[in-house]
Amino acid sequence: MAAVDEQVAPNSRSTSRWLVVFLPYLWLLLFFVAPFFIILKISFSDTAIALPPYVPVFEGIGAIGDFLSQLDFENYVFLTDDPLYVQAYLSSLRIAAFSTLFLLLIGYPMALAMARAPTSIRPTLVMMVILPFWTSFLIRVYAWIGILKPDGLLTLLLHAVGLMGPEDQVQIFRTDTAVFIGMVYSYLPFMVLPLYAALEKMDNTLLEAANDLGCPPWKAFWKITFPLSLPGVIAGSMICFIPITGEFVIPDLLGGADTLMIGKTLWTEFFGNRDWPLASAVAVILLVLLVVPIMIFQNQQKKVA
Amino acid sequence: MKSYRFDATVLTLGFAFLYIPIIILIVYSFNASRLVTVWGGFSLHWYQTMWSNQGLMDAAWVTARVGLLSASIGTILGTMAALALVRFGRFPGRMLFSGMIYAPLVMPEVITGLSMLLLFVAIGIDRGFWTVTVAHTTFTMCYVAIVVQSRLLTFDRSLEEAALDLGCPPVQTFFKITLPLIFPAVIAGWMLAFTLSLDDLVIASFTTGPGATTLPIKIYSQVRLGVTPEINAICTILIGLVTIGVIISSITTKRTELRRQQDEHMALRGPV
Repeated sequence: MAAVDEQVAPNSRSTSRWLVVFLPYLWLLLFFVAPFFIILKISFSDTAIALPPYVPVFEGIGAIGDFLSQLDFENYVFLTDDPLYVQAYLSSLRIAAFSTLFLLLIGYPMALAMARAPTSIRPTLVMMVILPFWTSFLIRVYAWIGILKPDGLLTLLLHAVGLMGPEDQVQIFRTDTAVFIGMVYSYLPFMVLPLYAALEKMDNTLLEAANDLGCPPWKAFWKITFPLSLPGVIAGSMICFIPITGEFVIPDLLGGADTLMIGKTLWTEFFGNRDWPLASAVAVILLVLLVVPIMIFQNQQKKVA
Repeated sequence: MKSYRFDATVLTLGFAFLYIPIIILIVYSFNASRLVTVWGGFSLHWYQTMWSNQGLMDAAWVTARVGLLSASIGTILGTMAALALVRFGRFPGRMLFSGMIYAPLVMPEVITGLSMLLLFVAIGIDRGFWTVTVAHTTFTMCYVAIVVQSRLLTFDRSLEEAALDLGCPPVQTFFKITLPLIFPAVIAGWMLAFTLSLDDLVIASFTTGPGATTLPIKIYSQVRLGVTPEINAICTILIGLVTIGVIISSITTKRTELRRQQDEHMALRGPV
């Protein structure tokens, strides 16, 4: 077959092939990879009251010697010295880890129930999980403000059913609890879908065999279902954990003043204090922290593909 | 039977959790009262004020243009990337290529947004409509690549091979055979790209400039000031548009699938 098309159109084949790889490749190199080198470079420069508000470290490729001599780790020293930044990183990782755990605890039973549902209704169930994901993230977070506010709908509901005195109000809005609710709510589809994909592929005869041999259902779950769904567990956890660590919108809108998350810190440094070099250093360290989870995610995806 | 009841309960609770906040949001967009907790009767008042809010309408127009353009470029580039990943076997730098496709899917938006902004500043481009469009194209093309890739992986190559064997040039084979077969996935990818662009606050905030305020940026600045039924109204319209889009695309996909099955059936029966 290959010989045939080589004969027919050797030139058009190689040119078009080359273009198909080259265009997206170049685009991503230019707009996704190159920016990381720029962010790295700027994280080593000083703040200046100018536009753009930083002192360039070097100009041109020839000045690498200059660059190395002028390189200063000031921003990084500042970040690692200030306990507030260290705490923000730790608290982001903690919030992301717990959110991922909650997502697993809620998402797994849902995915399992979907995979065990009759084949005819499965596409509808998948659609119902995807649909909220298509509606705006911002809108979904906003919807929770109206519910969780002290004078919001949850308070109203609890008053109506008499679980709370008329003077009391729900104190969830602007706390870490509200952040967890927002995270779980927003990322649930990202957790359920990979889990469902792994569980749906599973061979049911294995469970039947276990059942026939007298294995109780809960034991069969831990011995068969769960191990086989591990790729989905890893994929779902990484898809949730990584972006949650850098999340900005949810801690900003639902969290309180004491909710420390690094995405919010970066945003404040950039938009509030206009300290671009420091914001860049914050981003670089965040990226370094996420390298391992990102590698795990990449490997998992390659196995699937 | 016990597990059936357990499953039904889990799904009911799960979907209630996913949908109740959205339903509440929609219901309260029709509330005559300004207070979220007081029901003042049915009213379209907030849709009127929204409609006459010039800033909001301008932002909606910018968002629509950015979304259409970035989704379209992103779909073309993403489809190419998917073809390269699935069909081209090994080529130099394939590892980096697939890494660049997967990484933007999970990369925290604050990092992507900041790094792109710094690129635009470094090469001296004025920030505005085009910078947001380029930024959105970059991350949406990766989603399109994933969607199209999964279709290409489960794809019967015999038709393609037959066309090539019969001497059809590869480019023509792609447009006549491959593209029609993967078209539902391409459309789904485009829609996903469009809604992601429509939805994005963080990357747009970093890469935008004067005169290119998008709807999420506008909504965000109003949300920070408090909950107003006007925002509920605009959110309801957005949800409505997306829902209609999703329903239409799923019906089209089903139809194409059905027609394909019929065609296959006819082909197998052979000439009558």
